[in-house]
Amino acid sequence: MKFEDQRTTVYKVDPEHPESPTLPTLRTEELLLNMGPQHPSTHGVLKVVLELEGERLVKSTPVMGFLHRGVEKLAEDGTYHQFIPHTDRLDYVCAMYNNFAYCRAVEKLMSITVPERAEYLRTIVAEVQRIIGHQFWLGTQALDIGAMTVFFYTFRDREILLDWFDELCGARLTTSWYRIGGVERDFTPSLLSKLRAFLDYFPPKIDEYVVFLEKNRIWLARTKGVAVISAEDAVNFGLSGPTLRGSGVDYDLRKYEPYAAYPKCEFSVPVGKNGDTYDRYWIRVQEMYESVKIIRQCLDQMPAEGPVMAQVPSVTLPPKERVFTNLESMIQQFKLFSQGFDAPPGEIYCGTEAHKGELGFYIVSTGGGKPYRLKIRAPSFIHMGAFDFMSRGYMIADAVTIFGTYDIVMGECDR
Amino acid sequence: MHPLAERIQAEFPEGFVKAVEWRGDLAVTVARTALHDVALFLHNDPAMDFDYIVHVSSVDWPDDEERFEVVWEFYSIRKRHRIRLKTRTPEADCVVDSLTDIWQGADFMEREVYDMMGIRFRNHPDLRRILMPDDYEEGYPLRKDFPLRGKGWRDTFEFLDEGKG
Repeated sequence: MKFEDQRTTVYKVDPEHPESPTLPTLRTEELLLNMGPQHPSTHGVLKVVLELEGERLVKSTPVMGFLHRGVEKLAEDGTYHQFIPHTDRLDYVCAMYNNFAYCRAVEKLMSITVPERAEYLRTIVAEVQRIIGHQFWLGTQALDIGAMTVFFYTFRDREILLDWFDELCGARLTTSWYRIGGVERDFTPSLLSKLRAFLDYFPPKIDEYVVFLEKNRIWLARTKGVAVISAEDAVNFGLSGPTLRGSGVDYDLRKYEPYAAYPKCEFSVPVGKNGDTYDRYWIRVQEMYESVKIIRQCLDQMPAEGPVMAQVPSVTLPPKERVFTNLESMIQQFKLFSQGFDAPPGEIYCGTEAHKGELGFYIVSTGGGKPYRLKIRAPSFIHMGAFDFMSRGYMIADAVTIFGTYDIVMGECDR
Repeated sequence: MHPLAERIQAEFPEGFVKAVEWRGDLAVTVARTALHDVALFLHNDPAMDFDYIVHVSSVDWPDDEERFEVVWEFYSIRKRHRIRLKTRTPEADCVVDSLTDIWQGADFMEREVYDMMGIRFRNHPDLRRILMPDDYEEGYPLRKDFPLRGKGWRDTFEFLDEGKG
């Protein structure tokens, strides 16, 4: 019988060795596979065109922009204060850190010093946000790879912190709690006691997460030696955060260019060795322990009283209770939101170590109340630039691991 | 002047345009022709050692003769210093050298600049739109002459019940 269809493998018997059939006419071709834009592991809407040889990835081309909302263009049309809620929608898993990074950039532009208590509050909330980000990452990454249980445990504990955010600022995800020059409001005694209770509750829970994964053969097989990138390449690609530190580069802006209350706290920066997904997982778990340590130190060192907003009336907002009772404060608030403050002409770049990596804002000002140009250095976007490089030669199922290893969020990637 | 800027001026007396230090950030502007050489120098010279690319960006100055400004920001992990490298390009000949051969990370960042501002990068391996659709033909959204509301293509849609109400 003759097979016309070439896709069917034809087994011919070698006349010299009739007992061992060979595969002389096995035809191979590269397969093009569209993964996404709707795929649960892409954490949003990301499409990747995978060129496959068998089950191996030969080349992968990310197709992005499905969530592009033109945030940088919108920034040029609003005042500096009005842009804060937009930053919530960048990395919508970790809004607080985006607010923080943006406010720091504007404070650098305006050269405002934040009061000491506000610095501590900012650091505490930023580290709480880092814990949330890592919990979210750990749960979803394990879920994507096939370890489902840990997802329920991380999300149970994440819920406690989201409720805490809810009590702090009235929103669980799109928080907008940071303000230029300080924070929106101080902690209440209830928030403080809840946070302290969480700090006692949480470290044993991290041990619990680890138990689920550390001895899970599937988890180990799918993370060890997957998505390896050398330190040199990782730096050359501009990777940052745990993705870079997994390769053994000790680059953390909290240490390199200290800001907020970080210089007053003692903490270590975990650094990996092999540059694979497992090392990045280990770093993120260790960072959760470190965050608990930082929060605890901040709570102990924090001045008991003090302003939470810098007193620069031309730039910073008046306290909310005064806005409702005092005419001057109301005018100040109205002017700041309708016209904005007069920024000096110049340009700055300010990078902040968010839990995904270096989140930076490059602001060009020509004076006036609106930024002339605002560029967001989003770690997810830059990490996607290395996707093709890091995925070559791995199995198709590892593509999911590699998305996860960046901790990718498309809201930030596409902006 | 900042010692790094002095060094660049000494190495590239013709390509160097100006250096500005503001709020602790050093920004060096170089001529478009010298860009690639300066970048290579920044990357390879042991005293410079800028191994880390932070971001690539662009600014539109419609009233200037050389309308577009392309901005690269570099960091040195070992030396722990930062520099912003800038160059200007006119609208008529909107091309600058790509730095992807020095920093691989520049690939996506430069594609974004091309997508948003329409600046072309010479020797870029894969210069396509990245955030906007491939068949987007309304120009470059971050240019100052691009309206915030878009160019109104939504108004040109035909609707089935048009004329009824």
